[in-house]
Amino acid sequence: MCTYETQRINIEGSAKTRIGWSPVTDASIYFDHPVHFGHGHALLVDILSPENGPAARVAFELHPESARRLAEAILSTLENTPRELFAEYEL
Amino acid sequence: MTEDLLADTITFEGANGDLLEAYFAEPLKPESVGGVLVIHHLPGYDEATKEIVRRFAANGYLAICPNLYSREAPGASADDASATVRALGGVPDDRFVEDARQALNFLTTHKSSNGKVACIGFCSGGRQSVLAACSLQLDAAVDCYGGFVVSSTPDEPGRVQRMSLLSRLTNLSCPLLGLFGADDKRPSPDETEILKTALEEHNKEFEFHTYEGAGHAFLATDRPSYRPEAANDAWTRIMIFFSRLLS
Repeated sequence: MCTYETQRINIEGSAKTRIGWSPVTDASIYFDHPVHFGHGHALLVDILSPENGPAARVAFELHPESARRLAEAILSTLENTPRELFAEYEL
Repeated sequence: MTEDLLADTITFEGANGDLLEAYFAEPLKPESVGGVLVIHHLPGYDEATKEIVRRFAANGYLAICPNLYSREAPGASADDASATVRALGGVPDDRFVEDARQALNFLTTHKSSNGKVACIGFCSGGRQSVLAACSLQLDAAVDCYGGFVVSSTPDEPGRVQRMSLLSRLTNLSCPLLGLFGADDKRPSPDETEILKTALEEHNKEFEFHTYEGAGHAFLATDRPSYRPEAANDAWTRIMIFFSRLLS
């Protein structure tokens, strides 16, 4: 079914989109019907740059276990990064 | 029956006078025929939906599918447009109803129209088909596995809000054909029964079919959910339904 549930967050960064590299400001995360991944539902992520239009988007569709491993790898990478490398972010 | 047809991308004025893109198809031989409003699903105004528009024209109907995402994502690919609109909270119900009204007016004022019109929607479009039939004057409506017809989405931040249509069923203007999968979770068979009971209480004409071995989106030929046997039967029932009500 169409789940409608969508987490929407603000982000800061850059992504390589259909129109090339673009600053990105928004992300949508949801579990719903994929376009390409051959399953009824998948973990879907849209990295968006609304001010640059709908094509300024990076999308991926993941098996739920792959999504979990990706999330864990992201958190692990951040956890294991030397603190001094975050200095420019004033975290 | 497979007739020759013409199909084209057009524009028409929707709600608030906004220009909307739409895919329109008609039988090649001009006759007095009924019209069908095809409502695209949440993933958008895509190739599979345009095939459905052509299918109705090949079977002797005028058919139109408005791109409900025209305002937010003009010229975008279907999946990019869907992602953009989803991030903005989806299409508001009241705006959809006005877009549908104008699309139906396009059909009924077409030179080949016999004045009869129907709507059909799939998935989120199924809910919108019921919404249109409760808000506008139609001759027939088809709900293909529309979720959140008898329940509302939770009122939580980030969730696209969709309200139950139960309170609107008293205004259902036409017979309703419902096509569902027994393995679907939304709408589940229990939810289909709730809808059936509500329609009976309002003395509305309806015809429901629930297919064993089929789940959500069993009519979607481009998805792993496609179930040919159920889909073939469903299409037969759709054409019989429209033949009776759009003649």
